[in-house]
Amino acid sequence: MSTLRFALADGMTIAKRNAIKIKRAPDLLGGVVILPIVFVLLFAYVFGSMIDLPGLSYREYMIPGIFVQTIVMSAQITGYTLTLDLQKGIFDRFRTLPMAPSAVLTGQTLSDLITNLTSIVVMALVGLAVGWRIHTSPHEAVLGFVLLLLFAYAFSWVTAAVALALRKPEVFNNLATIVSMPLVFLSNAFVDSARLPGPLRAVAEWNPVSTIIQAARELFGNTGSAMPVPDAWPLQNAVTASLLWSALLLIVFVPLSTRLYKRAVSQ
Amino acid sequence: MPPAITAEGLVKKYGDTVALDGMDLSVPEGTVFGLLGPNGAGKTTTVRILTTLLRPDAGRAAVAGFDVVADADRLRAHIGVSGQYAAVDDHLTGAENLEMVGRLYHLGAKRSRRRARELLERFDLTDAADRPVQGYSGGMRRRLDLAGALVADPPVLFLDEPTTGLDPRARTTLWDVVAELVAGGTTVLLTTQYLEEADRLAETIAVVDHGRVIALGTADQLKDRIGGDRIQVTVESAVDLETVRRTLAPLAIGDVQTDAVASQVTIPVVNGAAALTAALGRLAAEGVVVRDAGLRRPTLDEVFLTLTGHHTVEHTKESVR
Ligand SMILES: Nc1ncnc2c1ncn2[C@@H]1O[C@H](COP(=O)(O)OP(=O)(O)OP(=O)(O)O)[C@@H](O)[C@H]1O
Ligand SMILES: [Mg+2]
Repeated sequence: MSTLRFALADGMTIAKRNAIKIKRAPDLLGGVVILPIVFVLLFAYVFGSMIDLPGLSYREYMIPGIFVQTIVMSAQITGYTLTLDLQKGIFDRFRTLPMAPSAVLTGQTLSDLITNLTSIVVMALVGLAVGWRIHTSPHEAVLGFVLLLLFAYAFSWVTAAVALALRKPEVFNNLATIVSMPLVFLSNAFVDSARLPGPLRAVAEWNPVSTIIQAARELFGNTGSAMPVPDAWPLQNAVTASLLWSALLLIVFVPLSTRLYKRAVSQ
Repeated sequence: MPPAITAEGLVKKYGDTVALDGMDLSVPEGTVFGLLGPNGAGKTTTVRILTTLLRPDAGRAAVAGFDVVADADRLRAHIGVSGQYAAVDDHLTGAENLEMVGRLYHLGAKRSRRRARELLERFDLTDAADRPVQGYSGGMRRRLDLAGALVADPPVLFLDEPTTGLDPRARTTLWDVVAELVAGGTTVLLTTQYLEEADRLAETIAVVDHGRVIALGTADQLKDRIGGDRIQVTVESAVDLETVRRTLAPLAIGDVQTDAVASQVTIPVVNGAAALTAALGRLAAEGVVVRDAGLRRPTLDEVFLTLTGHHTVEHTKESVR
């Protein structure tokens, strides 16, 4: 019982340390606040004014996609800082202290959750300013944000696992870019996946990012008859599929990250 | 009273490199124990095993009554560690670093804050307390790291080359801190490459080479084993070297060494001060012009040469992979 209390307290201590780190590092803070603003404005104005859809504002259609894009892209930053931390001595200090070993990762993912929440709030506000609207009930809207945060939380465990497996900052950065680009762009974030050629279309329709975006669009009411939902099961049942995806990622990557953490610091 | 630290037959291999090859230690409670050895001897590996950072391949060790492998989780509450490389967080200030360590020792918010301020003061870091560590000098980081080891007032303290990178003043502070802690009952294991430092701080010294203890004793015992003090005489003219050598040979208890480049002769002696007086008298009688003469302690290299038959430098070369 007191073990659990200490584990939580230790996780909070580490989360606080990460929060201070982000506050002091302008590049990290930029990733949390500036990047989301730039994404919303850039995509809303550059692409949003180029393409027009009958019966649906493309700008509104796009904003949920930008939410998820930002979650995926900023995870790259936190994963990168984890690999940098691993190279420094502070982890040796942690390991000689009577702290819960899980605290490093729970603290890291907790601070990720806070930065993701901040980013999403920033993006929602900027989105509202450029014409994005929620057309659903408050219940659904809240569920939409919760779903995004849940996915973000699960995704930061994925990032942690990859960072711990690769450990070298450059290697991590290269791989993260190679993976996150197709993850975001081979999805329904900016295009109607139905218009993609055969194999790409299958990839886009089964891409978890598409699922989350579709769920967010439904829960915020940013859908329209101009873009019918494809027949793929995860898109037809986007909210359920999003919950399943998040649960699956957590079930696989929480224990995996924990194992990789132990391995990474025992060398 | 059982020893605070015991190690039996510790073995650690890295691929083909044998870092520890049957390391045995026993450190009584409330004493300072020095691990003395050249680069690559296995000092850091020993400390990392005793502080639960590494698992030994064979052998066992216990600290404060806890097995370092089986009871690692419980052991950590009883030790303080300052490793060879400062384990501090660059992004946090000095005060935030120590507070975080206090929180992770579960001291609570108030005690952690108070303890952090005390230690910053003790290690002369009060002025830098609220600056991010990123901007600290090497010696300041080292001092902060040492402070980190003391946060919880642990009964057993591990310091790996604690004075490396410290200025003379900080070095004295550390020596004082260690003396105070030991007077209060703390057990300290420290490593060093300098015999003088081990001499100054440690009651018992273990000389380590190739991953095992090759000599054990007090500083005096070790020095006696390797021939006590050295007289070093520098002459004006190299032509006198042979005369010096011949004149002082009767005082020597071991090999006399002649260094033609430095015009220097080194003679191992017992009863250093008396021997030096005698030596100067003999040289004056021979009419040799002496530029400099003095007593000095054996260097680590000489300890090694005597104990192992090889120099520390050779050893370093072969241990670099
Ligand atoms: N992570 C590692 N991987 C491979 N070899 C290692 C590793 N750590 C230590 N060694 C090897 O183990 C041996 C002992 O190293 P150790 O760091 O314990 O020596 P040391 O006595 O602390 O030396 P120094 O005075 O340089 O700090 C060396 O030969 C070293 O090359
Ligand atoms: Mg070392």
